[in-house]
Amino acid sequence: MIAAHLPALVVLLPLFGALLAALSRNGAAAFVVAIAATFASAVIAAMLLVEVQSAGAVSYHMGGWAPELGIEYRIDAVNAPILLLVSVMGVAALVYARVSVLAEMIPERIAWYYTMMLVCLTGLLGMAATGDAFNVFVFLEISSLSTYTLIALGRDRRALVAAYQYLIVGTIGATFYVIGVGLLYLSTGTLNLGLIVERLPDVTSPRALIAAEAFIVVGIALKLALFPLHAWLPNAYAYAPSSASALLASTATKVAVYLLARYLFGVFGIHRSVGQVSIADALMVLSIAAMVAASLAAIFQNDIKRLLAFSSVAQIGYITLGLAIANEAGMTGAFLHIFNHALMKGAAFMAVGAILLSTGSCKLDELAGIGRTMPLSAGALTVAGLALIGVPGTSGFVSKWYLVLGAFDAGMPWLAILIVASSVLAVLYVGRILEVVWFREPCQRSLEASEAPAGVLVPTLALAALTIYFGLSASFPVSLASNAATALLGARP
Amino acid sequence: MLIDPLIASATRIVTVFLMVAGLYVVIARGNMIKKLVGLSLFQSSVYLLFILPGKIIGGTAPILDSRFPVYAHPLPHVLILTAIVVGIGTLALGLALVVRTREAFGTIEEDEIIAREGAKASRDGEGA
Repeated sequence: MIAAHLPALVVLLPLFGALLAALSRNGAAAFVVAIAATFASAVIAAMLLVEVQSAGAVSYHMGGWAPELGIEYRIDAVNAPILLLVSVMGVAALVYARVSVLAEMIPERIAWYYTMMLVCLTGLLGMAATGDAFNVFVFLEISSLSTYTLIALGRDRRALVAAYQYLIVGTIGATFYVIGVGLLYLSTGTLNLGLIVERLPDVTSPRALIAAEAFIVVGIALKLALFPLHAWLPNAYAYAPSSASALLASTATKVAVYLLARYLFGVFGIHRSVGQVSIADALMVLSIAAMVAASLAAIFQNDIKRLLAFSSVAQIGYITLGLAIANEAGMTGAFLHIFNHALMKGAAFMAVGAILLSTGSCKLDELAGIGRTMPLSAGALTVAGLALIGVPGTSGFVSKWYLVLGAFDAGMPWLAILIVASSVLAVLYVGRILEVVWFREPCQRSLEASEAPAGVLVPTLALAALTIYFGLSASFPVSLASNAATALLGARP
Repeated sequence: MLIDPLIASATRIVTVFLMVAGLYVVIARGNMIKKLVGLSLFQSSVYLLFILPGKIIGGTAPILDSRFPVYAHPLPHVLILTAIVVGIGTLALGLALVVRTREAFGTIEEDEIIAREGAKASRDGEGA
């Protein structure tokens, strides 16, 4: 009985949890509700993944209304792993938040903070689960509005400005998306993604479709911080509370990337061109620009959270590059990097948050030698950093390996060279952190620091351990990623 | 009968004008409130974009009854009802952030905020 409703429950449990957390007005109670709801969501996501792998795509009609009257939730090989990723990262971020928010927030706001985290997770899970173009917009705005609130709850007053700027850019992005959906709806008369694909060949006006694709791609690109639309991201991640940075860096942009992949491959087809420009070529150029320019920017940052934020923009470039390559190996690399980057960047932001919690600073020039007094946090940061470079033995190596394979398969060996060259830039920015943290004489602040409490260390180390585990034994994520890649490439209209 | 072609094209022009004007205000103005006004204009244009094709002259609300054979397409209206709610949420949150920014910085001009933060950062740099 309940099993039939899993696709709805995975999204609704965090939403009901949010309601309870808001009503509780009590930080501890809200935490219990939040962790229970998110954990249940993660379990359901895992069950859905198993079901999708054994029985194929699951279609759920919301409220019993069949498409095209009703909203369809469609879980397939592409989005089932995304649901699992988002809910598991949600659990990790919530566990981490229990201790870290106590230091970052006045007590009255803690329950609201958990509420917002749950609403954000609802939005992200909904975006991934739904098969309805307009429903995506609603969930996109649910997650965005709660994200702005999460960022604004940061300790620094600049968090307010960062949240405001993200609100402006995010709303423009969402509105672009909904304009595109409107044009698609005018052309096809339906909002169901599956039905849109069926009816696209009958559309008489190609111009409306091109406009729709342009609006949708640019709108989603704003949300996933595709270079050069990434300007909102560094400040947002730098000034948000640590647990929010970890959650957003590992989930929000990933769901947007999934959505881009869904539209490019499942709806429009990656090889369509707008005027003289092919979408795949444009995406490839922007991805390479992101890999190089954002890595260069990361090298010159003093604030470690900002450094990691620029690194995120660069790493998203690798993911979109895999989509632009658009062959089996490249797409596998892209999806693999969605999972792997979520784990490594989650670990990195949590480790920096732990250091910030103990020392009150996350500026490189104030943290010389912090590795001697906080070996575990600094160790997790090191592991995550090595994975960002793509050192063999970490998960980052596996995803870059598939990207390079994809570049060769596509007959573009120069692209493989660019991937390696941009990894050298990652060596520089990660190297700066490692040099300061491990090899410098400890400064006064570092000597007075002590290791972060267990409550923040456990999730940090768990993610760092997973980063290494999936680097050594990659068969599970690789099989998920290659299933997703096959499904998307097979769906090409 | 669908809507008069002349009115339809006039409405389309208004839609595009609102879209571009709203976006321009967001980009060109540094005042945080004015930016939000532009953002609202921009969002309103989308409401028109959806509503226009659903309108039928003489159409009623969608009531399934033999007395009302012609009715307007309800779906765009419902969608836009949702979009309006989203727009209100965004505007309310944006205004709340402006209030908090004014409390924290004493100004709502982005140039002045950046100038103050820049001055503060360089003071911190000298102190360190």
